[in-house]
Amino acid sequence: MRISASRFLLSVITALSLFACGSGESNVVQGNREGILHVGNGTEPQGLDPHVVTGIPESNIVKALFEGLAVKNPQTLESEPGVAQSWDISEDGLTITFHLNPEAKWSNGDPMTAEDYVWSWQRALNPTMGNQYAYMLYPVENAEAFATGKLDDFAQVGVKALDPHTLQVTLNTPTPYFIQLMDHHSAYAVHRPTIEKFGKATDRFTPWTRVENIVGNGPFRLKEWKLNRRIIVEKSNTYWDRDRVSLNGIEFYPVENIASEERMFRVGQLHYTNSIPLDKIPVYREMDNSPYVNAPYLGTYFYLLNTNKPPLDDVRVRQALSLAVNRKLLNDSVLHGTNFPAYGITPPGTLGYQPPKVFEYDVARARQLLAEAGYPNGEGWPGLELIYNTSESHLKVAVALQQMWKDALNIDVTLANQEWKVYLDSVDQMDFQMARRGWIGDYVDPNNFLDLFLCNGGNNNTGFCDPVYDDLITQQAPRAKTREERYAIFAAAETRLMEQMPIIPIYTYTSNHLIHPSVQGMPSNLMDYVNYKYVELVGDTQATQ
Amino acid sequence: MWRFIGFRVLQSIPVLLVVITVTFFLVRMAPGGPFSSEKAVIPEVKAALEAQYRLNLPMFEQYTAYLGDLAQGDLGPSFKYPGRSVNELIAAGFPVTAELGLYALLVAISIGGIAGVIASLRRNTAQDYIPMSVAMIGICVPSLLMGPILILVFGIYLEWLPVSGWGDTPGDKILPAITLGSTYAAYIARLSRAGMLEVMSQDYIRTARAKGLPEWRVVVGHALRGGMIPVVAFLGPAFAGLLSGSFVVETIFQIPGLGRFYVQAAFNRDYTMILGATVFLATLIVVFNLLSDILAAWMNPRLRSQYGEG
Repeated sequence: MRISASRFLLSVITALSLFACGSGESNVVQGNREGILHVGNGTEPQGLDPHVVTGIPESNIVKALFEGLAVKNPQTLESEPGVAQSWDISEDGLTITFHLNPEAKWSNGDPMTAEDYVWSWQRALNPTMGNQYAYMLYPVENAEAFATGKLDDFAQVGVKALDPHTLQVTLNTPTPYFIQLMDHHSAYAVHRPTIEKFGKATDRFTPWTRVENIVGNGPFRLKEWKLNRRIIVEKSNTYWDRDRVSLNGIEFYPVENIASEERMFRVGQLHYTNSIPLDKIPVYREMDNSPYVNAPYLGTYFYLLNTNKPPLDDVRVRQALSLAVNRKLLNDSVLHGTNFPAYGITPPGTLGYQPPKVFEYDVARARQLLAEAGYPNGEGWPGLELIYNTSESHLKVAVALQQMWKDALNIDVTLANQEWKVYLDSVDQMDFQMARRGWIGDYVDPNNFLDLFLCNGGNNNTGFCDPVYDDLITQQAPRAKTREERYAIFAAAETRLMEQMPIIPIYTYTSNHLIHPSVQGMPSNLMDYVNYKYVELVGDTQATQ
Repeated sequence: MWRFIGFRVLQSIPVLLVVITVTFFLVRMAPGGPFSSEKAVIPEVKAALEAQYRLNLPMFEQYTAYLGDLAQGDLGPSFKYPGRSVNELIAAGFPVTAELGLYALLVAISIGGIAGVIASLRRNTAQDYIPMSVAMIGICVPSLLMGPILILVFGIYLEWLPVSGWGDTPGDKILPAITLGSTYAAYIARLSRAGMLEVMSQDYIRTARAKGLPEWRVVVGHALRGGMIPVVAFLGPAFAGLLSGSFVVETIFQIPGLGRFYVQAAFNRDYTMILGATVFLATLIVVFNLLSDILAAWMNPRLRSQYGEG
């Protein structure tokens, strides 16, 4: 009955080592040989119905299984043919005619028709559907009225099938970014017979998206869906542009824990990670041939200021707070230089638009503004609370800014973290003084950021309301003749916005991924957009030849 | 014995009813709802969603409707995963969690039991102190630290074992089982040491020794059964704890178990999923406590006689 501790340990280690050689080659090696891409994809998708899902992990998979009328070029983000092989835009910019590719087919072989789009958009806009992205189709004439239940007759909505391969769309106002919206899953066509086989068109609960049922029209089709484990898609042999598709399949892993994801990448289980832990970035930066890819992303990190509540009802206080933030220092230290300091709401370079720089870091001016507002050197400061949703990185930024305000203005700001849904509730009810916020663009156009702060904007949440601003965004910009003229109007609006300072812009997001060197055709772009049909895997052996 | 079992089963019904009722109203009191999102939801859309999930009904009607469905074994549709029922999500996650829990329990019993017995036999020697100190570390080191350390050593540096997955590559179940089991191994080591120490000083052990039995027969044949009673009493709650507490390990190792669904459900305000998983786990905990009591009664004649042999 004598077992020495060291011998026991030895036997455990021996037992473990039996598995050592059993695990075989990694996913990456095997995937490169078989043309299978292994992707870390955040969370388990809530579903795969294009008119139901809302998140980015869902959209990544839906994009592989479905295709819009137009898609985007991953290099330039300009629209290029999808289901529609071409489109004409009328002189006045109000009528768009899509010419469907006669080769476009559903994955069961059925041809795709213009009627599919009319039916699908009716579904996407139907109020009972509860589609949270229905507003993507609001530029279409009468779409908003139908989606909000003010209009019952869908025939009055501006979408018509002229013949099986011609779809005519009428818009409310000229919408230069409308073609881009066709690549959003809310505007996708879905297969009517499949959906009706399992229930009403507007049922959210039916099993039509299950592996054995789903019919799509994208470059890939669903092969396996194991909850919280993986989703596998394989190349579709009915897709019109199948010759361009290089991959034989993609495996999406719902990896929520970014530390786990990084470890999976390190041992070759993933080609591509959804994210990377902040503290690992310096390590990866040092590497030769680093797999770390960092690129500007169409999103802004900012603080909402509640302009209805003192002391933030005074524009000078809002300006003082913003001017006292050393964004460059924040980015270089806390954020490891991964992002870009922001001085406006619109990310720089949004389809060529550069936001005006209305202010800069200026402690002297900030102190002067605060004194004018009645708090010289912070005297008489009534206190201010910042809320943010619980997260290590939000906390770090908040603590840094808290210190900057203390140092520069001698004022105290208290921090309060809230659980995600509690925080959303507070922001929605405007039950805060200052709140962290991020906004990721749905489409590449300054409008997507600037229309947040319209008087009745559902995501305004600051109490900011400027009729001149509204007029610039909703009336003047859509009527502009040229892109330059339109951008000048946007710049004027953004200048007004940043003079009133209902928000403190902090930084412009970047996308951060680890990408295995064998992956080609996944260029960085502002939308972090991947078009899987262009993705190729170049095996290590071929790469060295 | 049957009276004892019958009594305990009857006791559990009001317990479960209280659990259901409290959970039902508690999740609805939490700020934010299942449909709140970062982008404002249009009122019409929100109303449509609430109607599809019966949230437009008065609270009490929702409650009675839920109880009605529950009586038929229907836990309702998930809010977060449209098109999936809570029954389906539990059916997908639970077998994995149960398997993980079982392996973890085996790890805990074998490592903890052996270490505890050895420690008790070599009381106050290095062979007592070392396993007991290791056990203390096992209790103190949380699995969110233990998991990554094991992954770093065995997965990344030595490349012996996979760092994630469940049933995908050979050996990928080993590290999660050890990670989850280690905390419980430590408890079991301490419990079995204490139990064995108590038993080894009993008269019947002295009698056994006096008969001239070799030491191993004294330990295995006579002491073990009595010494393990505290461990058995602990197993029921431990297994229930393994099932409901495996979230961290499941997240670290990418295991598609129930724990991940359960915790995410709370963050997502997935009312039906929170309720369904709570009811399900509460039932399991009640059952396991019952089983563990029965087993303890079987092993301990004194306890058994309390309830009579009938």
